[in-house]
Amino acid sequence: MDDAPEATAPHRPESALVEALRAGDDDAYVQLVRQYGGPMLAVARRLLRNEADAQDALQDAFLSAFKSIRGFQGQSQLSTWLHRIAVNAALMKQRARTRRPEQPIEELLPAFDGSGHRRNSGASWPEDPTRTAEAGELKKLVADSIDRLPETYRTVLLLRDVEGLDGAEAAASLGVNENTVKIRLHRARQALRELLDPHMQGTRACSSPAKS
Amino acid sequence: MFITCEELIDFLADYRSGALAAAQRVRFEEHLAVCPGCVDYLDSYEMTLRLGREAVRPSAEPAEVPPELVRAILAAWRGAAPPL
Repeated sequence: MDDAPEATAPHRPESALVEALRAGDDDAYVQLVRQYGGPMLAVARRLLRNEADAQDALQDAFLSAFKSIRGFQGQSQLSTWLHRIAVNAALMKQRARTRRPEQPIEELLPAFDGSGHRRNSGASWPEDPTRTAEAGELKKLVADSIDRLPETYRTVLLLRDVEGLDGAEAAASLGVNENTVKIRLHRARQALRELLDPHMQGTRACSSPAKS
Repeated sequence: MFITCEELIDFLADYRSGALAAAQRVRFEEHLAVCPGCVDYLDSYEMTLRLGREAVRPSAEPAEVPPELVRAILAAWRGAAPPL
């Protein structure tokens, strides 16, 4: 039995690793955690933004993975299967945390006048803001703006646009229907755009016909 | 009949994903043809997605589990593992 994770565990290809896990080979558990744990921890950190909670979620994720490895059929890559388990463990942790009241998303959505024209629609963005702004500053601005989204919407944005879950997967993970995911995602993207808008440059006015 | 900017922005996600019915898509594109503000909005919406992905993309983070956490996970498993 290998108690020291620093020790060199045998590095098996994926199919052999899965077989070894199913056989209860202790070195295989060490390899799984060391080889796949980093990206899973990163997922938990992104979703939870709290190191202790992220580490708890990673532990929960691995215990869940170890228990269900016999059910892993190999239809997806092991890394994809573990990624989904990490997402679900992080979401479970998120649900267990004390919920703070969220800012209503409506306050962050674009506003329209009575004829359906967007208010404050003057600003157009540069074609490639990454060329006109300091890359590190822009990245921080965007990351901070994502963190300003209400958690319900931030989570959907991360699941769909960063973690790469499709609508059905995100809906299953969140326990909501796909249409709810679709609506929340669109609102989250709109809200993020509104938060970034004042930092972008240029102007152009809307000249569409008014609603008849 | 023209759709308004508000209606266009409501259906933006469906437009991008190709989920709009053909007739709706025509109205959507007729609006875009005469509304530079909505063209700007669509462009900035696309840019928002790109900037969001780049700001928190998974590969940008170091991926290593602290050794003490590896030990804790394995110890928890050994404590909880059912006999084979």
